Amino acid sequence: MEQQLQQLKEEALTKIQEASTVKELNDVRVAYLGKKGPITDLLKGMGKLPAEERPKMGALVNVIREAVTESLEAKMIKLEEEAINAQLEKEAIDVTLPGRPAPTGNHHPLTRVVEEIEDFFISMGYEIAEGPEVEKDYYNFEALNLPKGHPARDMQDSFYISEEILLRTHTSPVQARTMEAKGGSAIKIICPGKVYRRDNDDATHSHQFTQIEGLVVGEDIRMSDLKGTLDLFAKKMFGAEREIRLRPSFFPFTEPSVEMDISCFKCGGDGCNVCKKTGWIEILGAGMVHPNVLKMAGYDPAVVTGFAFGMGPERIAMLKYGVEDIRHFYTNDVRFISQFHRTEA
Amino acid sequence: MLVSTKWLNKYVNINGINPADLAERITRSGIEVDSIIDRSLGMTNVVVGHVVECVKHPEADKLNICQVDVGEETTQIICGAPNVAQGQKVIVARPGAVLPGNFKIKKAKLRGEESNGMICSLQELGIEGKLVPKAYAEGIYVLPEDAVPGENALPLLGLDDTVLEFDLTPNRSDALSMLGVAYEVSAILSQGIALPEIDYPTATEKAEDLLKLRVDATVDNPMYVAKVVKNIKVAESPLWLQNALMASGVRPHNNVVDITNYVLMEYGQPLHAFDYDRLETGEIVVRHAEEGEVMTTLDDVERKLNSHNLVITNGKEPVALAGVMGGANSEVHDGTTTVVIESAYFAPSSVRRTSKEVGLRSDASTRFEKGVDPNRVQEAAERAAQLMAELAGGEVLAGSVIFDELDKTAERITISPDYINSRLGMKISMDEMLTILDRLRIPTQAINGQLVIDAPTRRQDLKIKEDIIEEIARMHGYDEIPKTLPVSESTPGGLTPYQAKRRIVRQFLEGAGLYQAVTYSLTSKAQAQAFALETAPVTELLMPMSEDRSVLRQSLVPHLLEAATYNVARRIDSVALYETGSVFLGEEEDGLPCEVEHVSAVLTGKWVDHAWQAETKKVDFYVVKGIVEGMMDLLGLLEGLSFEKAVIDGMHPGRTAAVLLNGERIGMIGQIHPTEQKKRDLKETYVMELNLERILSVETDELLYVPVPRFPSISRDIALVVASETSAGMLETIIRNAGGKLLKDVKLFDLYEGDKVEEGKKSLAFSMTYFDPERTLTDEEVVKAHEKVLKALTEEAGAQLRG
Ligand SMILES: [Zn+2]
Repeated sequence: MEQQLQQLKEEALTKIQEASTVKELNDVRVAYLGKKGPITDLLKGMGKLPAEERPKMGALVNVIREAVTESLEAKMIKLEEEAINAQLEKEAIDVTLPGRPAPTGNHHPLTRVVEEIEDFFISMGYEIAEGPEVEKDYYNFEALNLPKGHPARDMQDSFYISEEILLRTHTSPVQARTMEAKGGSAIKIICPGKVYRRDNDDATHSHQFTQIEGLVVGEDIRMSDLKGTLDLFAKKMFGAEREIRLRPSFFPFTEPSVEMDISCFKCGGDGCNVCKKTGWIEILGAGMVHPNVLKMAGYDPAVVTGFAFGMGPERIAMLKYGVEDIRHFYTNDVRFISQFHRTEA
Repeated sequence: MLVSTKWLNKYVNINGINPADLAERITRSGIEVDSIIDRSLGMTNVVVGHVVECVKHPEADKLNICQVDVGEETTQIICGAPNVAQGQKVIVARPGAVLPGNFKIKKAKLRGEESNGMICSLQELGIEGKLVPKAYAEGIYVLPEDAVPGENALPLLGLDDTVLEFDLTPNRSDALSMLGVAYEVSAILSQGIALPEIDYPTATEKAEDLLKLRVDATVDNPMYVAKVVKNIKVAESPLWLQNALMASGVRPHNNVVDITNYVLMEYGQPLHAFDYDRLETGEIVVRHAEEGEVMTTLDDVERKLNSHNLVITNGKEPVALAGVMGGANSEVHDGTTTVVIESAYFAPSSVRRTSKEVGLRSDASTRFEKGVDPNRVQEAAERAAQLMAELAGGEVLAGSVIFDELDKTAERITISPDYINSRLGMKISMDEMLTILDRLRIPTQAINGQLVIDAPTRRQDLKIKEDIIEEIARMHGYDEIPKTLPVSESTPGGLTPYQAKRRIVRQFLEGAGLYQAVTYSLTSKAQAQAFALETAPVTELLMPMSEDRSVLRQSLVPHLLEAATYNVARRIDSVALYETGSVFLGEEEDGLPCEVEHVSAVLTGKWVDHAWQAETKKVDFYVVKGIVEGMMDLLGLLEGLSFEKAVIDGMHPGRTAAVLLNGERIGMIGQIHPTEQKKRDLKETYVMELNLERILSVETDELLYVPVPRFPSISRDIALVVASETSAGMLETIIRNAGGKLLKDVKLFDLYEGDKVEEGKKSLAFSMTYFDPERTLTDEEVVKAHEKVLKALTEEAGAQLRG
């Protein structure tokens, strides 16, 4: 009987190894361990054995049953794994097929430039001031030290609506309005917006363009404060290695007036096409607020001083992104706008 | 302003300074040098030649065979110029010479005759044709008889010169003269300055014996100086004078005219020369023109004058348009012997007005317009008289004929060094300030620690303290100013709620898939009010540049549609653009139009484009509506939002809705009318326009957290059959009203119109969610609420339950 048992075990283990599907394996289970299987039969036949042999044989049957069960389970895990793998293989996809496009859209490049400038100055404690695009001659010119008859306010250069009203030619009237409204108190503002001039549209001119200006008014505002502010701005906007230089210039609403150049961000100052071989790029105009402007807005220029600066987002975008024609900004070609999608640096 | 360094060197010693370095120093201290022009243009081997013999070429009518002495030899040169002649001293480019434009001169044979070089015109040496004296404009240039064959011709022609082109700001009109530039450069270089010495013999006869002067218009002409020069021999000017003028961009004419132009360039004081005899009356009267008075100017144009035009007359008729242009009748000509030199101060505004009216801007008028130096009016006349004596054999009559009521006093400015330093944020010593002002030749005294400055009249830009601060700063150097930050009380800065929300709207629209556009505010009259949410009188330009840009827009839609058409024409079939910008409505009390910020969008083509997974969706009404709803949700305004069918010009009558916020119309969405689409070469195209200002001005409540539900909600679906024209919005309203407070959400999830329902009917299915935050609802409660909904639908909308 012991021999019979050993034979049975070998037989069962072989069948288990041979089973190639879960079903076959289950059949083996039923065949050997089931209620009608040989092992059960053997256990039932134990009663016929002499009493002293029963424990020994009982133990042996159990060992064999456990061995068979263990083998069955191991095989079952293996078969299930294989089945899953086969299923997964069937589910495989072509990962190189195109993805479902997520919606895309982005800022116009001018907005991108303007917001970058706004955000820098906001971090410095500035507010954003806005004003009407159709302006009174008074705010656009007179309050800015450009009295009637001044050559710089030629009718030919501006779009007039009536003798007293025109499309603003710069965002400076917002400064004049803000100063008037603040009634003598300190100011730190940035004024972005659309402006208009009587120019024929070509690669470098646009009858409508944008400007962004800054104004700081308070007691003891010095020219060195203007220089320090512009220096930080240049480094933030064009790179930490940028140097600035100021050159004397002229604007009716500032005195002294300067133009600011930055060291060329393309060549670092060695000279290239972008900087026209000079190593410097003209970026903005600035100056100390003209005492007449302060006076007209109700400030006492003996006590209160200020600085102002202004620049063209078009020019900055053209320099930064290498855009060669200003008209691109107003054509709204999706192939142009959509290029200003990604982050930089 | 073109500044010849060769000429400048007469007043300031700039020998040994590289022109590029000089230009850089001038630019950094105040006047931008636009370009540096090397007049030699790299030319070599250009010498003086003497035409010893000149005969016609036997084979070619227009060619001459010249034997030319070029110093080291006499050589044969073929010349095609009509004015070449035996005995002339000419400019010869020798074989091996390189002329401007990389034109290499080689030995050649012309119709069988050897030619060893070229006899040159000035144009061939790089001088602009309009600057070449008329006599030589069509041929070769003829040098003075004393030119030595074989000598380098470039210095003789003043072409060994570098010219700096200044880009002058309007305040620096002092630099519209060589002397003004000399003052500036001498200050920059801390160099001395050599002013012209005026000394000449005068006749015993007095100017006032020959000429009478009367000024009637004393405001527009506060100073008039006339000098009389007799026995003039009108001829070509000496070469140095012609060279100086050409270097400055002025065409030489004859010695008299050239001298007036030279002094204009030297002093910045425009002069005019009259032929005394052609004046006829021996009298000059300055007055305003009579209305409609006529005169013929130097350019042979007959001009009709206005009563504000200032004219110089001979007592009878105008002989010059003051400060703008001389008259043809009194012009100096070859036979002139007696010349009247006019040097005057004409009021800037008068000259500006007249020169603009007649469309003449000249070197003279631009200087008068800026205001000439009152203290150099007389001196310039003397300088011209001296040169006419020296260069034209003239005999200058004693004295001048003068009218003078001009204020010539200097502006006095008193300023303390502390004030200057506090404005600059610097510590410049008073001594250094005095040194700088001395370099600039600005008379200054130090009195009680103050700088007392008498601003020279040649520097009309120096009027107030700040002007002096600028002088100190620019000469001290802007590089020396330290970098500091304002120390005013710190301010938080930041965006206003309006500005912050506008940024959110932009980000939302871009996240939804729209690109930001920027279009023009100016449009045509035809488009001004198209698609406008509201219209008002159109704001028109006084002098538009074109009809297309003649009025201000009242809607953003037309230009966005243009942008869509532009893209579609370039085969970009799917376009989704938005814009935020102002529209301009009518006129408010202050005369300005009412400017309102709108947001608008245009969408056409595919909205979802994912074809390989069969997921492609065209833009339709509901895409645009979803965008508006999403945007309003983001702004906390979804609750008050509703849509109602609307008819708007240019829009599809069945696919357009007004957008309402709390019942107020704030915008529209819909499809463009098919006719309009066709006109614009567009396929199905949708737009939206909302009054952004109205939307962003609504103050929304604080955001407070609502507890996450602890009890389950219960959903019930219903399918209804209703008449086709019944709107889903109406059904939803009925459901919401009937559902009571337990009904939390209603969602349409199916819509069917077709074979399986009766004609004239449609089927809709809604899913309703019932929920109580405090407890779990019982079936009974839900059934009760639900039955109320069904009853209401049946009664109010005639709905039949389905399935
Ligand atoms: Zn560069």
